[in-house]
Amino acid sequence: MSADPPVGPVESSDRAESSDRVHAEDGDGSAVEPAGDPRIAVRDLSVSFGDVPVVSGVDLDVDRGSLVGLVGPNGAGKTTVLRAIKGTIEPDAGTVRLNGDPADDLSAREVGRRVASVPQETSLAFDFPVRHVVEMGRTPHLGRFDGHGPEDERAVREAMDAAGVARFADRPITAVSGGERQRVLLARALAQETPALLLDEPTASLDVNHAVRTVELVRELVDDGRAALAAIHDLDMAARYCDEIVVLANGGVHAAGPPEEVLTADAVRAAFDAEAFVGRNPATGSSSVTAFRRSDTDPQRLHVVGSGRDAARVAARLAAAGHAVSAGVVPAGDALAGVVSDAGGTVVTAPPFEPVDASVQAAAVDLARAADAAVVVGEDIRHGGAGESDATDAIVRAADRVVEIGSDAGGAASLEAVRTALTAASTGE
Amino acid sequence: MSAWVRSAAWSAALAAALVLVVVVSAAIGPVRIPPVAVVKAVLNALVVPVGVESVSSGGVPVSASGVSFAYRSPFAFPVDDVHQRIVVGVRLPRILLAALVGFALAAAGTVMQGFFRNPMADPSIIGVSSGAAAGAVAFIVFPAALSTTVALPLVGAVDVGLSYGAGVSLFAFVGALVAAFGVYAIATRHGRTPVATLLLAGVAVQTFLGAVISYLQLQAGESLRRIVAWLMGHLSGAAWSDVAVTAAVVPPLFVLLLAYARDLNVMLLGEEEAQGLGIAVERTKRILLGASALITAAGVAFAGVIGFVGLIVPHMLRLVVGPDHRVLLPTAALAGGSFLVAADTVARSGSAELPVGVVTAAVGAPFFIYLLMNREVHEL
Repeated sequence: MSADPPVGPVESSDRAESSDRVHAEDGDGSAVEPAGDPRIAVRDLSVSFGDVPVVSGVDLDVDRGSLVGLVGPNGAGKTTVLRAIKGTIEPDAGTVRLNGDPADDLSAREVGRRVASVPQETSLAFDFPVRHVVEMGRTPHLGRFDGHGPEDERAVREAMDAAGVARFADRPITAVSGGERQRVLLARALAQETPALLLDEPTASLDVNHAVRTVELVRELVDDGRAALAAIHDLDMAARYCDEIVVLANGGVHAAGPPEEVLTADAVRAAFDAEAFVGRNPATGSSSVTAFRRSDTDPQRLHVVGSGRDAARVAARLAAAGHAVSAGVVPAGDALAGVVSDAGGTVVTAPPFEPVDASVQAAAVDLARAADAAVVVGEDIRHGGAGESDATDAIVRAADRVVEIGSDAGGAASLEAVRTALTAASTGE
Repeated sequence: MSAWVRSAAWSAALAAALVLVVVVSAAIGPVRIPPVAVVKAVLNALVVPVGVESVSSGGVPVSASGVSFAYRSPFAFPVDDVHQRIVVGVRLPRILLAALVGFALAAAGTVMQGFFRNPMADPSIIGVSSGAAAGAVAFIVFPAALSTTVALPLVGAVDVGLSYGAGVSLFAFVGALVAAFGVYAIATRHGRTPVATLLLAGVAVQTFLGAVISYLQLQAGESLRRIVAWLMGHLSGAAWSDVAVTAAVVPPLFVLLLAYARDLNVMLLGEEEAQGLGIAVERTKRILLGASALITAAGVAFAGVIGFVGLIVPHMLRLVVGPDHRVLLPTAALAGGSFLVAADTVARSGSAELPVGVVTAAVGAPFFIYLLMNREVHEL
């Protein structure tokens, strides 16, 4: 990260200029773009490869100033939707409108002025210098024998600065790393200076620094008035930066809306065929999805007794598997309280370092009684301090069954322990 | 510096080199002629329209029918009459044909390498050379039959007795275009022509035509020698009429190809990306293919199958000027012209004349191997 320190401030000032310009252009371009028309509007899009349908009935809009994340499992058709929008595959049905005009009616050149795309990979067979590849982004703006004018030079320079490729602008494209090449492709799309951007896994081969910088750059461009549609496999990244998320799964749009509404454990389970715990990333405050292998668990009501990160980890795994979890009594602000409430369960909390109120204790006992089992995490819970131990015992005893899980147990082991305890009990009856 | 400026600078230098090669080549032969005399002889032969012999009064435009041009030779250097006739009548048409054919093949080779994104592509890849060879060989084997039946509708009732040379060229030209169109038609489905399919269709058609040519050679009898000579490439017996036809076909097509040079650069990114950058990919491919096939056909129709020019000249120039087609295409074409003139000079200056295809392959293949062993080329 310290390898290229000059980029930061220089880049941001450049970008401030470019953002002014984008607004100016938008002002000029308002004749081209009727007010209110989304930059990209897809209606009832169906695409198949031969006899194999890939997606059908896809609707989505990308408005000015909106970053829409396209997420979904491998093979869900994310790239296919992007390709249909830029017109490189023929849809079986449906329409794509760019700034209100049907894309079918536009020339390739006109489409190239409205939408720029950043592909996953490029295959350049000949060793063009990086600068030249970025200059190719100006193609839709140039006549057949036109040279690059000052406007083109400026666009190319700004694009290279913004994407951080100016440093190796004169290296052949065949001699840069995969991550650098991806940024070159981003720079090329930026040089195109289109009102809308399509990005296909723009961060797939980038290191953490450049991944964040790339997405934040896109975010800034969108805040400056562009529209962007990005296929993103990293759900946390999508939740953190996108205004809206469209989940593609099972051949169509599975869900669409703001990240916190769309990225739920149920949605991930249905779309990705994986169990997930959706929590809140403490560092970013946005949704954070942690996926687990499918366990085909029979869902139960479980009351978790314990505290701290170990109990929180066990509760997260149990919740991801589909169990309805509750917890208590837990000190307010404890990790377990956060996890259980993120999972939609009830938590009974008490202020730390104070005696537990009788009504609070009663609420916890009620929760345990309603549960199929009490899950006790950590060996020292029931054998701890004198008064505390009695109170905890009362909660545990209220449950029909008790599953004890060691504080160092992994997620799979916890699930297994719950499963065996419950099946043993049910066969015993 | 703008790519077009760079292109113009390189092209000027290579055009000068081509003129130099032409002059030197015209000086070499059984009769040694000083290069200065060559230049003078060529200048003597120049004619320019010096004026319009009509009355144009008061700026009123005159009708075209009322205009006749007056030609005049601006130069009259004292040159040995024999030298004048050798240079202008014998050597120059052959040299200029070589230059035009080399120019055409190198241009088509450059475009095909870019089009197929494959440095091993050459102008024959879409079946043009095989088609030309099949057409030419068919005419050589059955000159009478074909010239009276098939040539009639093509040439018209006037020219029933198609001359041998013209017949071979015509059949080669038509064969080349038929083969190229066949390859294109085979590879095209629903208006799209995938490059990989095109490549395979080209291989298949070339193989088939190879079988046809081999069979015809077995049936050739007396004319086998002529077939072999044609297949190896030859420029002997070039006439000014050949030069005129080639010169009418090659430059306009070259300008068309040059107009698509930047599109070709973008196509190197892959068809999808080219589409995204505003290139009408399928239309561009049709134009590039059609123009390349025509320009190649014009070359091989008169000169026979001359290998390696279209393969190695673009390679050499790519190493020198880089992969940008705006620069590469004109420079490779000009260098191709120089290369073929030089190769033909070698071919005709030995004790017995060699087919020029032998010289280009004999010089070209070792040079190509050198390039392959040179690490720089591994990147291509």
